[in-house]
Amino acid sequence: MSIEGTPIAIDPSTLATSHEGLARRFLRNPLGVVSLAVLVVVTLVGLLAPWIMPQDPNLSSLAMTNAPIGGQYLLGGDSSGRDILSRLIAAINVSMESALIVAGVAAVIGVPAGLIAGYFGRGFEAVSTWIFNLLQAFPVIVILLAIYSVIGSSSELLTAALGVLLSVSFFRLVRSLVIGVKNELYVDAARVSGLSNWRILGRHVLYVVRAPVIITASYIAGLGITLQSSLAFLGITNATVPTWGGMILEAFSNLYTSPIEVLWPAMALGITVGAFVLFGTAVRDTLEGPRVSSRRLKAPRRRTEGAALEDGGALLSVSGLSIGYPQGSKIRLVVDDVSLEVQPGEILGLVGESGSGKTQTAFAILGLLPESARVTAGTIRVNGANILNLPPARVGALRGKVIAYVPQEPMSNLDPSFTVGSQLVYGVRAVTRVSRAEAKKVILGLLARVGIADPERTFRAYPHEISGGMAQRVLIAGAVACNPNLLIADEPTTALDVTVQAEILDLLRDLQKESGMGVVLVTHNFGVVADLCDRVAVMKEGRIIESGPTREIFAMPQNDYTKKLLASILDDRSPLRRGNPGSTLAEKATAR
Amino acid sequence: MTPLLEVKDLRVEYRAKGFHARANEVLHGVSIEIAPGETLGLVGESGSGKTTLGRAVLGLVPQSSGQITFDGAPVAPGLGKQRRALARDIQVIFQDPYTSLNPAMLVSDILSEPLIAQGRKAKDARTAVRALLDRVALPSDAERRYPREFSGGQRQRIAIARALALQPRLIVCDEPVSALDLSTQARVLDLLIEIQEQSGVAYLFISHDLSVVHHISHRVAVMLRGELVETGSADQVTGHPKHPYTKKLLLSAPVADPDEQANRRAERHRLVEAGM
Amino acid sequence: MTSLLIRRVLSGIVLILVATALAFLLVSAGGGDVARTLLGPEATAEQVALKTAQLGLNEPLYVQYWTWLSHAVVGDLGRSFFLSEPVTSALASRVPVTLSVVLVSVTLTAIISVGLGTAAAVFGGTIDRIVQFISLVGHVVPSLLVAILIDVVFAVTWRLVPATGFIPFATSPLGWWSTVVLPATALTLGGVASVSQQVRGAMIDQLGRDYVRTLKSRGIPFFAIVLRHCLRNAATPALTILSLQFVGMLGGAFIIESVFALPGLGAFSTAASSTGDIPVIMGVIAFVVVVVVVVNLVVDLVNAWLNPKARLQ
Repeated sequence: MSIEGTPIAIDPSTLATSHEGLARRFLRNPLGVVSLAVLVVVTLVGLLAPWIMPQDPNLSSLAMTNAPIGGQYLLGGDSSGRDILSRLIAAINVSMESALIVAGVAAVIGVPAGLIAGYFGRGFEAVSTWIFNLLQAFPVIVILLAIYSVIGSSSELLTAALGVLLSVSFFRLVRSLVIGVKNELYVDAARVSGLSNWRILGRHVLYVVRAPVIITASYIAGLGITLQSSLAFLGITNATVPTWGGMILEAFSNLYTSPIEVLWPAMALGITVGAFVLFGTAVRDTLEGPRVSSRRLKAPRRRTEGAALEDGGALLSVSGLSIGYPQGSKIRLVVDDVSLEVQPGEILGLVGESGSGKTQTAFAILGLLPESARVTAGTIRVNGANILNLPPARVGALRGKVIAYVPQEPMSNLDPSFTVGSQLVYGVRAVTRVSRAEAKKVILGLLARVGIADPERTFRAYPHEISGGMAQRVLIAGAVACNPNLLIADEPTTALDVTVQAEILDLLRDLQKESGMGVVLVTHNFGVVADLCDRVAVMKEGRIIESGPTREIFAMPQNDYTKKLLASILDDRSPLRRGNPGSTLAEKATAR
Repeated sequence: MTPLLEVKDLRVEYRAKGFHARANEVLHGVSIEIAPGETLGLVGESGSGKTTLGRAVLGLVPQSSGQITFDGAPVAPGLGKQRRALARDIQVIFQDPYTSLNPAMLVSDILSEPLIAQGRKAKDARTAVRALLDRVALPSDAERRYPREFSGGQRQRIAIARALALQPRLIVCDEPVSALDLSTQARVLDLLIEIQEQSGVAYLFISHDLSVVHHISHRVAVMLRGELVETGSADQVTGHPKHPYTKKLLLSAPVADPDEQANRRAERHRLVEAGM
Repeated sequence: MTSLLIRRVLSGIVLILVATALAFLLVSAGGGDVARTLLGPEATAEQVALKTAQLGLNEPLYVQYWTWLSHAVVGDLGRSFFLSEPVTSALASRVPVTLSVVLVSVTLTAIISVGLGTAAAVFGGTIDRIVQFISLVGHVVPSLLVAILIDVVFAVTWRLVPATGFIPFATSPLGWWSTVVLPATALTLGGVASVSQQVRGAMIDQLGRDYVRTLKSRGIPFFAIVLRHCLRNAATPALTILSLQFVGMLGGAFIIESVFALPGLGAFSTAASSTGDIPVIMGVIAFVVVVVVVVNLVVDLVNAWLNPKARLQ
């Protein structure tokens, strides 16, 4: 831990909010058990100090000056001939006291202030944030020195002041947690249910804040001991009471005579502070739950060359594709034996509900599956070459040039820190190696082509300066910039307003007609399929259950699931409810 | 018949942060009425102010001017003590069933919270919870489980049960089926209709999806940039829209029939060329 | 951009005024009888009163602060009560020591943290676990102990560099480095522990963003995306933590200096606060506040340059 500064950052979003079995899970964490045990032992030894200290910690004996280890003094004597072990034990209470005072004072000030500032906001938030920023603008040590010059070496007051200074950690943490919770819909629902602000704070907000506060408290406690020892090391302390920092200082000035003496207080300090930090870390790990391994898993390369059928000149031919995610020792399949084909110039609709595996299939075709995904079987042939057998660099070279992608959310798919133009130019130059000026000309032409009224201005704009519909046009321009043969569009209109959706569908249709590219359109909307697609494949639970020409599927669906899906479309041709609500209902309502 | 809810000339503005930031008015004087047991569908695209209108009715956003009347009595703006008493009468169902239920609370606690807030005894509340779960066709062992153990559609049923707990006379439904799959959508809508037919509750049903609104509403109001552009019966607004924006909205939603969709597309292109 | 700069400078000035005023109030409130301390126990009450008046300590506090401030803005921080030397010149000989240590360790922290954090986020697996372990060690071990350990190992036992003392950069750059490297390293471990975690977290967040996939889909190589796009977007949270670390290291340097017996601000201000030397304490505080304000200003400007949305706020 640094001598001062911020404790380990806690990301509230990673903390699981329900706490069942938390204690049990914590005790299964070796780090947690060990650190807790150390803290308990240290505290007990401190409490029992008067009875278990072998010597009076302040008793000097000339004969025992720098006495070696293992004699009458178990850990030897210091430069004044005092028993090091007794002094170590006597110093525990000072350290634990400062841990308690610092963490306690910091929490008592920081937590309520953070709750109020986060929940009620307005004036209190502005003022308190300013004050806490002011506190944070100073190195703690400098303020402590200033305070010391006034109050002298009253260690309780100094540690309490330290608590005040460190309360900013609690304040910031709690405030940001509360602001996050406050905007949750479930808090709105509680308000609408008539809960008062105080009950919402108690029921919904405090619950979320509790665990992170415990974690921070243990870090701050460790920090408190560190800072208290540092002050003692600087010589700012009451010399009659032994402290680890003071012992380090004395041993340090004695370094050339008896270097081993510095080891004992340093170890006592390191172990205790470490136990506090590890305890907090263990609580955090317990709350975060088992960490998902982010290791790069090499997908087993399946060579299914022989099994592949001759694809009669298909642009895209997927056959027997299965994709899974490791779950424990097994692999859970999300795409199961999927086969499909797209001819040049054809638009294939890939339809299904959430979790049907349609997006995973699309990402596999792009070679952009998440790292933990594994392709367990099948081939994906683009222009005849199985991209699953190509080295990653070769697949990368296909992207942009042969296969392109239009994503779902327009805004999150643009980098907010770069202008629209520079992102697009970068993509063009990665594929075609033209000059910057030429790339810019291409992009300006494309922006005009996708229906942007003022291409120059949009080129210079940052993503947050353009609308969602405009951003989707930009992304389409980026996708078709290098004249790809195959376009993968993943729900390209789902995030858009319906009037914008219609325009984007028109644009996709026109671009496809002009260039003759093949398109895989992933969607959940049968209206979009009807508008755009030549053929359609319906997915359910990772499998394609029905596919065929769009008209046929709509007119005569064969599979029961397809029939059910089509039947649940809320068709606006047959109004369900006419006229005013029945008078009987009105009577019932008023009679209540 | 006196309307259950009357909103008159409602204006709402959001104040931007900073000293010289201009206030941004998102509702420019909107008036609606809802009769007891009636569903008013409120349609509009993002930024039209439809959600703000719903939140103003719930007291979750401050109104800058205008008057909201419930059951003949004026409603104080904001969420003061007086407004909290109205919780018995006005409830809400939100769009996202994932964030509208506290993930750390058991379903039984979620459902009894409004009852206990209104001063009911814990024992009564527990019996009421079982009845509520039954009402929305969830198994009774659901009360001992956490929201994350349920699918999106089931969660939305829990949210509906919570809204019903106080037997309100009006429920503001803010895009309640937009996050759901197609087949789940229809079932949740049918549940809402069934509840209305049994209890006579009125709905302010907010959605961007004209076909959903059309399915459930008696009357429909269309919003554009903070103003109402058209109000009328569901048949009239969705069958014979008067305002060109409503027409465009209607023609923009693709239908699941290739031939009819081609016709619609052509019709929309004509409308656009005519200058809308 | 200009208006942002003006606003930040103004708020920095307000911060400096409020902070020095509060500090002045604090250190003067102690009411220790400075004149008595200076003159010794034999001095008469008249002599003490005269001395008090000479030092201006009989004036109301706001007058004293105003006197201090009006001199401070023109670079005159008054005279030390005990050192018979102007505070400005006393600071001038000590500030380079402390700033050397802090700037070197901030630079090291930034470089090492970006490298470790990015590697941990991008490669995951063993590399990630190693970085996590380093970070945990950095959090667990107080830097005071790190300082003692490396002093004992590198300076006392192996005698690779001088154990104590400071050589100015102008005298000998190599000598300067040999006196600064150990204390800076001691501070760096704790800094790396915090900042590398922040960089790792921010990078993992960025790598999971949609735009990364879209850029990949346009044929842009992955490492180009990491270096050009992700690092830039991850810089804002990392810089915020780094600026907080700077404040922490400034304070940490006060303590670490005494391990290496560096003649910096640490021992200087410890002595001043034990004797109640108000002009020196105020001088140190004013210096620290100005440095902190300047660092925050620089961080704000860099953020504004990196992040187009921040420019508008």
